Amino acid sequence: MKMDWILALAGGMIIGLSVSIMLLFNGRVTGISGIVNGLLSPKKDDSTWRITFVLGLFSGGLLLRIIRPQAFNFALTTPLWTTVAAGLLVGVGTIMGSGCTSGHGVCGISRLSPRSIIATITFIFAGIISVYLFRKFGVI
Amino acid sequence: MKKNITSFIVGLIFALGLGISGMTQPLKVMGFLDITGAFDPSLLFVMIGAIAFHFVSYRLIRKKNKSPLLQKEWMVPTNKKITPALIIGSFIFGIGWALGGFCPGPALTGLASFEIRPAVFVLSMIGGMLLFNSTKRFH
Repeated sequence: MKMDWILALAGGMIIGLSVSIMLLFNGRVTGISGIVNGLLSPKKDDSTWRITFVLGLFSGGLLLRIIRPQAFNFALTTPLWTTVAAGLLVGVGTIMGSGCTSGHGVCGISRLSPRSIIATITFIFAGIISVYLFRKFGVI
Repeated sequence: MKKNITSFIVGLIFALGLGISGMTQPLKVMGFLDITGAFDPSLLFVMIGAIAFHFVSYRLIRKKNKSPLLQKEWMVPTNKKITPALIIGSFIFGIGWALGGFCPGPALTGLASFEIRPAVFVLSMIGGMLLFNSTKRFH
């Protein structure tokens, strides 16, 4: 259990490093929902870096299969429709709320952006209530 | 060109961070949100690690550089308005995050597993984004 915390902290710092590289070189916030959404209504000369970013995530995933295969443990017993519904809610919610865990939770809070602080408190709060209710009613 | 290489490297490092921290495992995310049950504080440590690092690096980078290395101007959001859309949208995101145990980054990284859950999640998420974009056009 203690090892989990150390890995979580180390992994978090690696995430902090990656978003810092994006800021230093490209001057941008690493908000993953925004990066993906930019591909859905593309503007001129604004797509390639988004595609290479997603390819980077995917390549990192391939690397993880070798160095840390237990990272991909999807031992979910929930029915598949819950994953469909979850994806739809996350898609709508992150675009309506202008960000997700990366853009608001990491980049925004680090800048002390009031919007991101409110957004992060809101989605964690909503998540806690939802897990409680979903468990109570046997959905998850 | 260089900007595209940078964002590839950022994506790759980001994914490694997610995998090492445990955030690519939906059950750990659900465990973090399950404060009345089998609470797993891992996600809290991920956020502490990421924010502690970037809190310092953000200020150093902005202080030492007039502009980004590969770009004329900073493209960091400056909006400070707390709007209903921000709060309602974040709330909806939180419900979906709890239900599936995925947020966008870990799901995209998880595509490399070629398993069904992340693939279904990513397709539905893109569907949700398109759905929201299409309603916005009527306003």
